[in-house]
Order: sequence, then structure tokens, then C-alpha cells
Amino acid sequence: MSFSLDDPMILRGIIMDHYKNPRNFEEVKDPRYRTIHMDSASCIDDIYIHVLIEDGKVVDCKWHGSGCAISMASTSILSEQVPGLTVEEAEERIDNFNHMLMGEAYSKDELGEAICFLNVHREPARITCANIGWRGLRKALREDGKDGQG
Amino acid sequence: MIDVAKIRKDFPMYSKGGLYRGLPLTYLDNAATTFKPEAVLEAQDSYYRSFTANAHRGDYSLAHDVDVAYEGARKTVAAFLHADPDEVCFTSGDTMGLNEVAFGLEKFLKKGDEILLSEGEHASNVLPWFVLARRKGLVIRYIPLHDGRITVEGLRSVLSERTKVVSIARVGNVLGYVSDVRSLCALAHQYGALFVEDGAQSVAHLPSDVKDTDVDFLVFSGHKMCGPLGIGVLYGKRDLLERMDPLLYGGEMNARFYEDGSWTYSDVPLKFEAGTQNIAGALGLAAACRYLSELGLEQIAEHERTLRRLAVEKLRRLSNVVLYNEDGDTGIVTFNVKDVFAQDVASYLSSKGVFVRSGQHCAKLLPPLLSCQATVRASFYFYNDEADVDRLVDGCAHAEDFLDVFFA
Repeated sequence: MSFSLDDPMILRGIIMDHYKNPRNFEEVKDPRYRTIHMDSASCIDDIYIHVLIEDGKVVDCKWHGSGCAISMASTSILSEQVPGLTVEEAEERIDNFNHMLMGEAYSKDELGEAICFLNVHREPARITCANIGWRGLRKALREDGKDGQG
Repeated sequence: MIDVAKIRKDFPMYSKGGLYRGLPLTYLDNAATTFKPEAVLEAQDSYYRSFTANAHRGDYSLAHDVDVAYEGARKTVAAFLHADPDEVCFTSGDTMGLNEVAFGLEKFLKKGDEILLSEGEHASNVLPWFVLARRKGLVIRYIPLHDGRITVEGLRSVLSERTKVVSIARVGNVLGYVSDVRSLCALAHQYGALFVEDGAQSVAHLPSDVKDTDVDFLVFSGHKMCGPLGIGVLYGKRDLLERMDPLLYGGEMNARFYEDGSWTYSDVPLKFEAGTQNIAGALGLAAACRYLSELGLEQIAEHERTLRRLAVEKLRRLSNVVLYNEDGDTGIVTFNVKDVFAQDVASYLSSKGVFVRSGQHCAKLLPPLLSCQATVRASFYFYNDEADVDRLVDGCAHAEDFLDVFFA
């Protein structure tokens, strides 16, 4: 999938669509999922990420909570993108996404709909909104590492 | 009437044509912190430029001049509050003041004693009490709010002989309602409870008179009243300050200490000023008190009310705005834009040069009462004008376009 970066209406549409109709939005009680709660004093976003990791692979990603349009849409897109990736691949996706947010060099090909956040670096205060779910996923992946994968 | 155009000449923040990043600077986050007039910066600077020495420590003339200036600042601040200079302790700010009070009272409190707060209190007037409650087995109770307000009836409904402390903000930082501190304090005193006034949102906006209200403690920050960062005040009645323990220990706060591990305290207020103090900040704060007094606290309050009335009137005409404190008493206007998350509203307004706060405003017990997770807060001060109100309202009218920030 690729999107025309010249058509802001399409990119806005992606954000609003995911904000209004978040994907994989459900609370998971299954203990096999790693749950990361992302909240902080400096931000009102309050988002839970549930990740099922088996054999070094992300099998499923669900999430729930509340936050601004940017954080909700971004986490929704993330939840669609990571199932099926290995832990290493997921880490690379996160790095690539962060490079885009920071206004650094990044690869467009892997971003899919996440390309809609390409201008967030214009509003640096919102970068932490755009990657809150991605930071949560990173924590979940690394928590796995604590169990012995390094 | 406050002449805003004239006033703004006193504030370096407005010096660049009143622009910030090319847009008219519309600063409406005065409940968080305020701009500083030249007079405050000069007073603060004078310490570093003209008479640097430590206070209360030297026998030379330079140090003596510093003592005179520092104690002079204390007198100015005391007069601003109608307090005795000996009852004014300098702190680093409101947070330190509230911690000083809570932990200073620790030795007088025992298991089962009750502390009364409200659910609208800022974190700094909640967490020190939580810690103390856990440590001592105290019970925290909340004064029920009536339409968001703390009332005498509400306080009466939870007061008892178990109540030892009532600690509330005179002006709440989310809704900006003014509490009748005088009546609330009188009622608390009937039950033998101490009354702590958090003046963070009131001292800069309304006249304060500790003799009239009879509060036992009043704490506030300098930076929210045009003063410098890192300076604030703990006012306490002298006999309480004398009986309480300080929070910090070190130089200047002790009179003597001995090998056997005993010590004696300096007299109040120095007992509460351990270590070298923020002398420059104290001078700046005194200048802020003089500046506000010259303008007149009544005039400042009236100016804020005028702007709030105008803002409420205009925002109410927008079909997409939900107001939470239409009937507020101060310059704080709290609202949401329908279907737009508070932070997205604030971000959009920022792109128009309008700077407001979004979130829970550190009052994390309050959101359920408002039935919303987060709000947008615009807070006016005397250097704001009608054009600021109009820019806020225009921004809110189009806040549905919040993604413009990222694509326009």
C-alpha cells in the first residue's frame, strides 16, 4: 500500500478514521498477553497495550484507553501493523516510525498508513502523543527480553 | 480601568511587537505561571549585579546591606498579606510551603485524626497529606462540592471533633471558584481544626488579608504573581510556627547544636529557612507585591472578571463549546470543544498563537465530577485584553480543524 503524500485530505482521513473507529480496541485479560499501561503526569493519554508474543513473534496486539486523536489513531494503526512481525522486525518498525516523527531519514515503504504522521515533527510537543503506543509496544517487547532473550 | 496597552510596556514578553513566532502573543495560561514586569527583573537582578553576599552571615557592610534588603523584602510581602514580618517564611514555592505545613504538623497528629480536603485540590495540596496519612494512620476526607464549589454547608457536613486540619485552595485551579475562606475558617476553628489556605491561584488575583480571614497558614508561589521562579511564601501564625517542626535542617535555622545530638532552633521565621535562601527571588517577589499593589488587586480582579464574562458570552454562542464554569468568579474559563480531545484543541489554538492549558491541571480527583477526562483551561490576567478573548473564541470556533496543524 502506498499513499500520495501530496494529498493531505487522505492523510487526515486516515487519522480521523482510526480515531473515530479504533481497530483492535479491546481490553484483554488473557494472562498470556503482556500488558503495558502508558500514562504519565505530563500527558492525559491513558492507554493500555496488550501484546501476545510467542516464539519471538508478535502474534496479536490489542489496546484500549483514551487519549487525543493523534495518540489514539497512531496506536490503532500500530495494532494493525505489528502482528506477524518478529520481535526484531517490530523493533525496526518502531525505529523507522520514530525517525519519521523526529524529522530524520526514514523508509516510507514499511510505514503503510502510519505515513499520516509525517508532519508531527512540525509540532514537537506532539511527538510523544504520536508514539505513545509504539513506546508501549517497545516496553512489551523488551519485557520479553527480561525473561532471558537479552 | 486597567490600561492594557500601557501595562504591556512593562513586560519584556510583549516587547517584540507583542508577537511570538510571528503571531500575536495570546498567553492564556496564567494559572500556570505569569509574565514578569521589568521592575521584578530589575529587583532580582540588583542582588546579582549590585550587592551579592550571603544573608545573616557576615559582619561586613555589604552583607549588612543584603540583610536589610532581604528583611525589607519580607516586610513588603508581609504588608501585602496584612501579616507580621515574623510570620512570613520564604520557601521555594507553594509546593514546599504545603509540605512544610503538612510535615510540620506531623507531631501533633495521631491515628484516626481527620484531614479535610476537596476533590478539586491540586496535587501539591493532596499528596503531602496522603503521605502523612499513610505514615500516621490519618483519615483523609473530602468536603462535598456544591456545583463545583466549596461551601460552608459542605464543610459542616464533614467536620467533626476528629477533624484536625482543613486544607483547601481559596481559588480552585480548574474551575476558578472563590471559596469564602473567612467563613470556612471560622467554622473549622469552632471544631478546633487548623485551617490551611492554598493561595496559589488567589494571592495574585484577589486581595489577601490573613488578619481578616484568620487562617492559620497561607502558602503561595511567587511565579504565579509576576514574581520570579523558585520563591514562595509560607505564612503561619507565630505560635504555630514556634511549635511546629521545620521540614529542612541546616544552616541558619538552628541557634546551637551540641555533640550529644541536641540542638535549638533559630527564632521564626528563620527556623523555616535552612540553608542559603533565594535572596534574589525574595527581592523580586517584593517588587511583584509592589507592582500588583500599585495596580490594585480589586482592579485586577475586576479586569479578569470582565474578560471572563466576555469570553463566556462569546464561547456560549458557539454551538461546539461546552463550558464547565460559566458562573466562575475569576479569570479561569474551563471548557471543551465537542468531539475534539482537549489536547488537540490546545495544540490547534497554539498554531494560532493562543496558549492555553489542556489536561487535568494536576487536580486528578476532579475529572469524574466534570464527567470528562480532560478539559481546556484559559486563564486571564491583567495584561490580557479583549483581542485575546477574540482570538481564543475564533480558534475554538474552528477547532474541528485541529489536524490543520499537521497538514496545512
